[in-house]
Amino acid sequence: MESRIRVLFLVTAVSATIALSGCAATRDLFGLGPREAPPPGAEAPGQVIEPEVERRRIKEPAIDREDFELGAFAGIMSIEDFGSDVVYGARLAYHVTEGFFVEAAVGQSEAGETSFEVLSGGARLLDDRKLTYYNLSLGYNILPGEVFIGEGRAFNTNLYLIAGLGSTRFADDDRFTVNFGAGYRFLLTDTLALHLDFRDHLYDIDLLGEEKTVHNLEATLGITVFF
Amino acid sequence: MSAPSTTTIPSPSRNKSGWLACLAVLLPVLLLQAYLPGQVLAAERQYRKVSVADPYLEMHTGPGRGYPVFHVVDRGENVEIIMRRTDWFLLRTAKGDEGWVDLGQMELTLQPDGSAVDFSRATREDFTNARWEAGVLAGDFGGANIVSVYGSYSLNPHVAVELWGSQILGNFSNGWTASLNVVHETWPDWRVSPFFTLGAGYIHTEPKSTIVQGEDRGDQIGHAGAGLRIYATRRFLLRAEYKSYVVFTSRDDNEEVEEWKVGFAFFF
Repeated sequence: MESRIRVLFLVTAVSATIALSGCAATRDLFGLGPREAPPPGAEAPGQVIEPEVERRRIKEPAIDREDFELGAFAGIMSIEDFGSDVVYGARLAYHVTEGFFVEAAVGQSEAGETSFEVLSGGARLLDDRKLTYYNLSLGYNILPGEVFIGEGRAFNTNLYLIAGLGSTRFADDDRFTVNFGAGYRFLLTDTLALHLDFRDHLYDIDLLGEEKTVHNLEATLGITVFF
Repeated sequence: MSAPSTTTIPSPSRNKSGWLACLAVLLPVLLLQAYLPGQVLAAERQYRKVSVADPYLEMHTGPGRGYPVFHVVDRGENVEIIMRRTDWFLLRTAKGDEGWVDLGQMELTLQPDGSAVDFSRATREDFTNARWEAGVLAGDFGGANIVSVYGSYSLNPHVAVELWGSQILGNFSNGWTASLNVVHETWPDWRVSPFFTLGAGYIHTEPKSTIVQGEDRGDQIGHAGAGLRIYATRRFLLRAEYKSYVVFTSRDDNEEVEEWKVGFAFFF
């Protein structure tokens, strides 16, 4: 009982304070504010209402730019004189225009045995048979297109030509390497693509006596993501 | 050599295989992260909305001029911008149709507050004023092949700072260099813009073991040079340059090396 009286007293006290405070927000609530009408003619004739509309400020979400393509590939690489073996690697591309893109790739393979090594039985030419390469290339989407699977599915594709420079580390030496080839990009969605890529890697090597230019042909299948 | 000294770089083959193994593990994770959440969160994500101010907007089936137009959005309709790839935009209409629209038409759309949208388009002006530039060059370094990459930051249209990394692949020795340059362009607004450069850096050479049993060497280098930046198209430029290097060797004589390179670069 006592507490109820206390609450009642408090409510009365607070409302009285608000009403008498002259607070701009509350004085009209109790009809206590000064009722001074604006003097006639104070506003410019013709302008009855002063516009108080604030310009909408909207924080626009940024547009997602997806010009980079990152992925991995695996396939077969034929190392001249050393047989063919599995190659795998990674690539990063930047699409500069709808036609041109630049690509950096690294790859690794293992050299097999030369026919000499196989026939002679024991003699081994190399201890470290790992081949690694990197290259920086410029590609051009020469034949963009679409393929249709069944009646209701269409996928975007690109046939591209690509060429570039880099280095191959093989037989304990780094060699200046030129690469060129063509590839087929199959876009499963707008951000996910499959690649079928054929590349020739050329470099000069004198491992087997005389210096010659070798062609290492490579065929790979890859998957990339645009981001 | 008995024990690896602190100055020699670790064997690149060992380095690369570790790197590749890391990538092999990381990539599937990255693929999942990049792809799956995108699909799952697609409904929650907020996209930029614009309304069509042109009489109509042509939607192509792919991000390229050759892809056929399959849908037309009328004036006044609202569309969402899902993503941008080069100069193409993937849009979604209120009905849910998705298609690609080129930059030229996108420039005629309006934001919700009625103002035009500012889409960045690479032009000759950006060739002069863009802050960042990156490129790949190759050529001849004192008789050896050289492959270089560089990144550049412009302090103003005339002066830029560049960081270079190169691999040198010769008949008798291999090596790499890293250097920091200052580039001055006298007439940056010309389509073919000449520049002068000064820089310093470090060169590491490894004689080929099959020919001579030499030691790996690291030396400081200084260089001066000149070249041309040539605006090609959009974000592309061609670059050709000559540099004269002085290698401050630990022997009595300094070595002088001449270098010629050509390549391409893009600015952003």
